Amino acid sequence: MALVEILQEHLSGEQTLAEKSLQTRLAADIGGTFTDIVLETPNGLFTAKVPTHVEQPELGVLSGVDVVLGDASLTPGDVDIFVHGTTLATNALIERKGVKTALITTEGFRDSLEIAYESRYDQFDLMIDKPQQLIPRNLRFGVSERVNVRGEVLIELDEAAVAALSDTLNAQKVKAVAVGFLHSYANPKHEQRVRDILIANGCMAEITLSSEVCPEVREYERLMTTACNAYVQPIMARYLRALQDAFGHKGFRCPIFLMTSGGGMTTLESAIKFPIRLVESGPSGGAVLAAKIAEHLQEPRVLSFDMGGTTAKIALIENYKPKTARNFEIARSARFQKGSGMPVRIPVIEMIEIGAGGGSIAHVDTVGRLSIGPQSAGAVPGPACFGKGGTRPTVTDANLSLGRIDPDAFAEGKMTLDTNAAKAAIQRDISQPLNVSDNQAAFGITEMVEENMANAARIHSVEHGVDLSKFSMIAFGGGGPLHAVRLAEKLGMARVIVPANSSVGSALGFLSAPISYEIVQSLYTTLDDFDLSSVNAMIDDISSQAHAIVVEGALDAELVQTRTAFMRYVGQGHEIQVPIPNRALSTADIDTIKSDYDACYRQLYGRTIPERDIEVLSWSVVVSTIVDAAQSASDTPTPTQATPSGTRSVFVPAGAKHAMVSTYWRPDLCAGATLPGPAVVEEPQTTTFVTGQFSARLDPQMNLILDRITS
Amino acid sequence: MSNQKMSVIELQILWNRLIAIVEEQAQTLMRTAFNPIVRESGDLSAGLFDLKGRMIAQAVTGTPGHVNTMANSVRFFLDKYPLKDMHPEDIYLTNDPWKAAGHLNDFMLVRPCFHQGQLIGFTSCTSHLADLGGLGFGPDGSDVLDEGLFVPIIKLVDAGKLDENFMSILKSNSRVPIEVEGDTYALMTCVECGSRRTSECLADIGITDLVQISDYIIDTSRDQTRALINALPQGVYHYDMRVDGYDAPLDLVAKMTIGKGDITVDFSGSSGRSAKGINCPLNYASAYACFALKCALAPDIPNNEGALAPLVITAPADSIVNAQYPAPVAMRHVVGQLLPDVIFGCLHQAVPGRVPAEGTCCLWDLPMRGGYSGSEHTKFATELVHNGGTGGRFGKDGLSATAFPSGVMGSLVEITESVSPLIIWRREYRPDSGGAGEFRGGLGQILEISSSEDAPISLFAALDRIYHAPRGREGGKDGECGALSLSNGAQLRPKGEQVIPAGERLIVLTPGGAGYGNPHDRDPALIAQDIEFGLTSPEHATSQYGDLAAPKTTPERETS
Repeated sequence: MALVEILQEHLSGEQTLAEKSLQTRLAADIGGTFTDIVLETPNGLFTAKVPTHVEQPELGVLSGVDVVLGDASLTPGDVDIFVHGTTLATNALIERKGVKTALITTEGFRDSLEIAYESRYDQFDLMIDKPQQLIPRNLRFGVSERVNVRGEVLIELDEAAVAALSDTLNAQKVKAVAVGFLHSYANPKHEQRVRDILIANGCMAEITLSSEVCPEVREYERLMTTACNAYVQPIMARYLRALQDAFGHKGFRCPIFLMTSGGGMTTLESAIKFPIRLVESGPSGGAVLAAKIAEHLQEPRVLSFDMGGTTAKIALIENYKPKTARNFEIARSARFQKGSGMPVRIPVIEMIEIGAGGGSIAHVDTVGRLSIGPQSAGAVPGPACFGKGGTRPTVTDANLSLGRIDPDAFAEGKMTLDTNAAKAAIQRDISQPLNVSDNQAAFGITEMVEENMANAARIHSVEHGVDLSKFSMIAFGGGGPLHAVRLAEKLGMARVIVPANSSVGSALGFLSAPISYEIVQSLYTTLDDFDLSSVNAMIDDISSQAHAIVVEGALDAELVQTRTAFMRYVGQGHEIQVPIPNRALSTADIDTIKSDYDACYRQLYGRTIPERDIEVLSWSVVVSTIVDAAQSASDTPTPTQATPSGTRSVFVPAGAKHAMVSTYWRPDLCAGATLPGPAVVEEPQTTTFVTGQFSARLDPQMNLILDRITS
Repeated sequence: MSNQKMSVIELQILWNRLIAIVEEQAQTLMRTAFNPIVRESGDLSAGLFDLKGRMIAQAVTGTPGHVNTMANSVRFFLDKYPLKDMHPEDIYLTNDPWKAAGHLNDFMLVRPCFHQGQLIGFTSCTSHLADLGGLGFGPDGSDVLDEGLFVPIIKLVDAGKLDENFMSILKSNSRVPIEVEGDTYALMTCVECGSRRTSECLADIGITDLVQISDYIIDTSRDQTRALINALPQGVYHYDMRVDGYDAPLDLVAKMTIGKGDITVDFSGSSGRSAKGINCPLNYASAYACFALKCALAPDIPNNEGALAPLVITAPADSIVNAQYPAPVAMRHVVGQLLPDVIFGCLHQAVPGRVPAEGTCCLWDLPMRGGYSGSEHTKFATELVHNGGTGGRFGKDGLSATAFPSGVMGSLVEITESVSPLIIWRREYRPDSGGAGEFRGGLGQILEISSSEDAPISLFAALDRIYHAPRGREGGKDGECGALSLSNGAQLRPKGEQVIPAGERLIVLTPGGAGYGNPHDRDPALIAQDIEFGLTSPEHATSQYGDLAAPKTTPERETS
């Protein structure tokens, strides 16, 4: 393995990864518009934001890296580790710019991917379009074979047909093949045999097996995950190799890790094999950062709130761990509606994403209701105030006309905003049709967008059986701090934290991620009729698979395993995830598992169902390196009254009117500085709006902590 | 506390919040329910009502069959239980098909919603329970009492105390007592959650009742719906459609009157009630008729009393769409789900281009049972949910193998095989089944199903469009009829209990949607693509589309 060699060469003598502390760490997050670079050194943190290079993303990364290395007076050889996250795979899926891909599946089921759930994602819209297929029907091939639900072979694989297909695929210039047979999670042999035969017959395409990328029951999601992986795999392989080479030429000797959607990092080799796991790595980095800050501040219950230009993302973090899930819908095409995208089953940090960002367009709908988004003005044409051709009012326009944003200091002062254009757009599209004042209209826009986010957060909290009023919020992203306090008020939350360097939060989060790998495998059993030997054998197997992948990067660092079971009452449809012991299970464990299940169920739904048997559908093993526990904040600096940088007229919710409020320049504030609301705290990439119900202070790590004033 | 008057924007924000509350109610129900039809397919509804029993918000999650049935039903509860006697911890229940949702399997619960000690409104929810005894869930009953346990409006929970007698009667009258009990609990959780959230929301905002918001929502929605109707040409439009029925064809006949600010649909002339359980109570027929009107005319107006008020549905007593007690109604959805095509037939004359050609309409669900004859076989009862194609649309082809008007989701093969001894041998598109047209109908699908054991299977069919195809619009051709047969060649009936003998496969061909517009106007590139994808055979293309369909060399595909 090239990676291991690089790593070993890099580590001098007997030293191991575990022993050597990685002092100089570099992270890069490639987003659609910007590439964020963070360099953490013993002498401090260096950050850069550079435009994303669309054609050759590695060039953008390298130019940003030059900036931070220069700022830190370091050379590439000084960097100990590089962690990378990218939206490249996601974008290829959204824009349908992957490679020509074919599907090989059980004969009679070539349309499963397209038939999906036979449903419409919008009940009332007669003109919906189904998601565009990644693999057209003429490249979806059925092969005679059949395995049943227990993994028994009912029909042997037609090997001659597979061999013949190899020529067809080459003739069609197919670059990637997704192989997915029914019940292959229970018996992968036919899929493995297909791969062997295709390779033996000179098939040129890269091959993804469903039993490897997603060994779980539910053929639609498994095949979709396989198809998505295959579709982007050659592109990601090409890019990651190019990045590796470019870094090598530049003089970097450190290993490269990739951030995954599950909040861990994985090796380059594993990323090349399963690039589907790289989708949503940016947002997951943000959640990892929030979890680390939560631990640092000893905040066991946290809602992370990340608001950008187009969407807002909300995640729950309890006991310093983000909630995880194993479903994610990529590329929702129609107004972010559930069901309009492609569902994949991969380990992800669970997040709800709603179409509410700074660029979200406000309009009055056919019912005469003020409605925000999900259409976004994006960066081009942008909000009306950008003066780049956008004429429709956005959330940013509303913030500007309410005085919450300084027109001369937006994006580090690189852009001057046109307040009059913002007001004119709001007046034309909102105040006049609704017959309300311009202030009411602008305030209505921010209130409505905050209400939409609050509603989404409330529904999400119900799904997890938690009470948000006991949570604190960690807000980041360009728009998060502007709306965080008002959102907290709506959700009854008493504390909001705006971290230092929040605008490069995702890249910063990459530096806190463990090397980890999760495998979820379906194996059905009930607790009353528990199949101990099969379960133990299967868990052993996936545990050693995950272990092998993590060890490749972690070498002999200490590893930790977490095992869980996905369980439900027999006959229900929604599983809950319950921890199980980290060893071979014995009969005695079954009662414990049952009582743990009951406890989880009761917390979610209030009551259990005593006579009902419980079934287990799938099992998960996560192998991970141990991340040093964050130091909890120690010394409290002496509170000092912060000095305002000025005052300006800002519309405040209390009394619903404009008032003169103090503004503060965050880089000028020292640890311990306190300031009362209402106030506006500005920094190069974002602005925090503090209402009169909150006061703010800077902690020793320069996090901005906003607390509700208790009366 | 004074009830300060809210501004327009405050009212709109509160409206959104109330919709989120009922949505949360619906999600809670889906996550805690046992019946797969509820938890996988979303056969449920949740709503919030004011003191007059007017619906002010309804969850988006749910099925159209409950749209209008729920809207009107809370009034029946208010007739029975006076407001002054209500306790904050009461919950009321009925499954009366004429008061709740059209058949006994749908339980409807209503809970008073109190805020600061005052009654301010009601939360309600409905979901489908798996089995309530009788003949089971099928069309073979001769009256409603054959179809299971009939529960009039009762107090299920009296001041916090659950009626244990009722629960034991319920469990004794079901083949799946634990599921039915669990689902009843899920419904209780759902209305409790809605009441609590509504009160919290009022406290947050600082108001004491729902009076202002309720008037605002209902007036705004009604006025807007009226404005949309007023943009249509006034007039009277007729349409009729013949469908399979139970043992004789049925006629569904509609007269739509678009008036000033309202639309009336009268089903006079439709067939009389059926001897078997495919009759619709009027509330259920109205639900699907209104759903179709809303889709075509006002899809963005949230569902509530005001949005529905301008839509009036009438039918002669004891017609198939206004069956009276004690008509059997268990499979009322087979007929109810066909009604949108009748409504669309009328609407197309008033506003051409807005509605699709006829489609499959009714779900192709296949309730199956087995293992009851011999002890050596696995006992099972399951319901496979599948669909045919929808009609071609002005500007777009119909959707293949997609539910419409129903909002339920189809079954996955691996899930079906994990809960039953069934094996699905095939599930793929049915080529040539979509009616030709400038915009062709969506395709049906082909399913082949057998038992993995040497055992017979009982099928409780309630299907349609086997003898009567979906018809094309504006020159579009009809879709293909559905078919139900055995691998030995025997044809099965669309409705009623039938046996698939051991060793035989059931072959299901779901119908294709009809085409829209003249086939000769179809874009030749689309015809070529259909042939390349195997959705249309070259022979079919030639017969339907003429010379245009002559095989052409297609350009080499982008290899990226």
